[in-house]
Amino acid sequence: MNDGAALLRLAGVHTHIGRYHILHGVDLAVRRGRLTMLLGRNGAGKTTTLRTIMGLWRRSAGEIAFDGAPIGALDTPDIARLGIAYVPESMGIFGQLTVRENLLLATGPKGFDAARLDDVMGLFPALRQKWHNGAGSLSGGQKQMLAISRAIIEERRLLIVDEPTKGLAPAVIQLLIDAFLRLKQTATTILLVEQNFHMARSVGDEVAVMDDGRVVHAGAMADLAADEALQRQLLGLSLASHQ
Amino acid sequence: MRRGAGRRPLDWLLSGDRPGGRVLSLLLLAVLLGLAFAPFLFPGTRPLGVAARICIFIVLAASYDIMLGYTGIASFAHTMFFGMGAYGVAIALAKLPVGWDAVLLGAAAGVALAALVAILIGLLSLRVRAIFFSMITLAVASFALILATELRDLTGGEDGLTFSVPRLLTPGFRLAAEPVLGVRLDGRLVTYYLIFVLSLALFLAMLRIVNSPFGRVLQAIRENEFRAEALGYRTLVYRTLAGALSAALAALAGAMMALLLRYNGPAVTLSFDVMVDILLMVVIGGMGTLYGPVLGAVVLVMAEYYLQPAMAALSRSLAGWPVLPVLFHPDRWLLWLGVLFVLIVYFFPAGIVGSLRRQAR
Repeated sequence: MNDGAALLRLAGVHTHIGRYHILHGVDLAVRRGRLTMLLGRNGAGKTTTLRTIMGLWRRSAGEIAFDGAPIGALDTPDIARLGIAYVPESMGIFGQLTVRENLLLATGPKGFDAARLDDVMGLFPALRQKWHNGAGSLSGGQKQMLAISRAIIEERRLLIVDEPTKGLAPAVIQLLIDAFLRLKQTATTILLVEQNFHMARSVGDEVAVMDDGRVVHAGAMADLAADEALQRQLLGLSLASHQ
Repeated sequence: MRRGAGRRPLDWLLSGDRPGGRVLSLLLLAVLLGLAFAPFLFPGTRPLGVAARICIFIVLAASYDIMLGYTGIASFAHTMFFGMGAYGVAIALAKLPVGWDAVLLGAAAGVALAALVAILIGLLSLRVRAIFFSMITLAVASFALILATELRDLTGGEDGLTFSVPRLLTPGFRLAAEPVLGVRLDGRLVTYYLIFVLSLALFLAMLRIVNSPFGRVLQAIRENEFRAEALGYRTLVYRTLAGALSAALAALAGAMMALLLRYNGPAVTLSFDVMVDILLMVVIGGMGTLYGPVLGAVVLVMAEYYLQPAMAALSRSLAGWPVLPVLFHPDRWLLWLGVLFVLIVYFFPAGIVGSLRRQAR
């Protein structure tokens, strides 16, 4: 992968969680204005990679650079303030706050930008009706929509999303695919972890595949989507079974 | 979608945080009116003292709720901050010429010390796991209790300090020669209304704080600290600020207690019994609601003052029955208070306010 235009770059990143060595030298480049898929089997280290980028786990070796500047030693709030939005795996909403309050948490002191709010609500109209409802009372799909909405309610330089389709119905997954396709039109840089290969193929520009705490393949998503043998080799799946 | 435009005065006053539900609203209105007209509805020194204590404990328990209910931090040092405010006023009035400047100076010193100590505790220990933080606060509170007992020259030791208050607050002061509606307008009444107005103002201010962007962040931190950090919030700073704010408010409650009693000692404001009372008020009333501590304070203070006489009356009326008069003997009031709490927690697991709100939905 040509990473000359990389907004985010990981070089030889190792992460230990307690006495467990999870990441074994991750090399990854996320290019500006592109949607990069991070794929891999369960336990490959995808979520740990995202959490390490966000400073939620500390890297034990290697470099993480955002827009050319090292961020590996920064605290999570400082990383977020660089314009990196993170949607964690388990629908990272605050269930005891309302939809409105969840979104307000991610805005600046001036509150909502009306035009931006309309754009975001345009992506997920279902949230409009739930504006003053407790976020905990939303369906799984709506919670995921809220989590993504909160990540983009302010302009961000990089959006990191961890398995947004996990446990969701096919209709909701399609809604999320449409939302990501529309987000791509705004040239938002996105790093997306996903198990659903149909979604990955639908929205991904680039792909990096992880196995055993390393990136074992990086390239164009279209190339991987077209190469069934490579899919089987890297992911142990066939495209036909994920149509 | 926007709610803020054209807000009604009540919404403005309550910061848009209405109690929720008719029963709860009526209960809170009854408490407000009961306290506002307590001197006229329940004449006498004892009922007035009970009403004043309810006001003070509403502030104290609500300020603790900012820590426990809104931020998710279990601290056992809240009585220490309560004591700092009380000792601030007590020492100032005992050592300086009696006057409002001494009251203000003592209260300000108590509030400042409480906020400073809370910031230090927060910065030094909020990074550790919740249970260790709780243990640290317990140790610090115990240390403060020992310190207050040992520094006899300053605090009066275990005997505490008895002091005079400004003339306006003394029982001998007369606002008017003739009683109004049968109530003497004396310094006790002035003291009560000073406490009532201050408590109401502080409660409304707390409502404003928890419904502000700052309060929203506290609630987010309570729910998931890591998610809040991933949104760019320095959780340690927010939690420390919440602790300092909560401590300052507790110190103000302590200052009011000192003015009410014209005495302060370790047993009154620093003992672990007071801490247990605060915890019970918040849990029984409902955590994370602010209205919960209001009802919790009413239930607990009333129970502490009136359960024993009520049991005495019940025991007398059951004379001649087997076992029952002994069971309801006033000496067993603590047993029944415990039973009452168990029942409340069993039937209202989310606290009185939480349960009433759930029913109202």
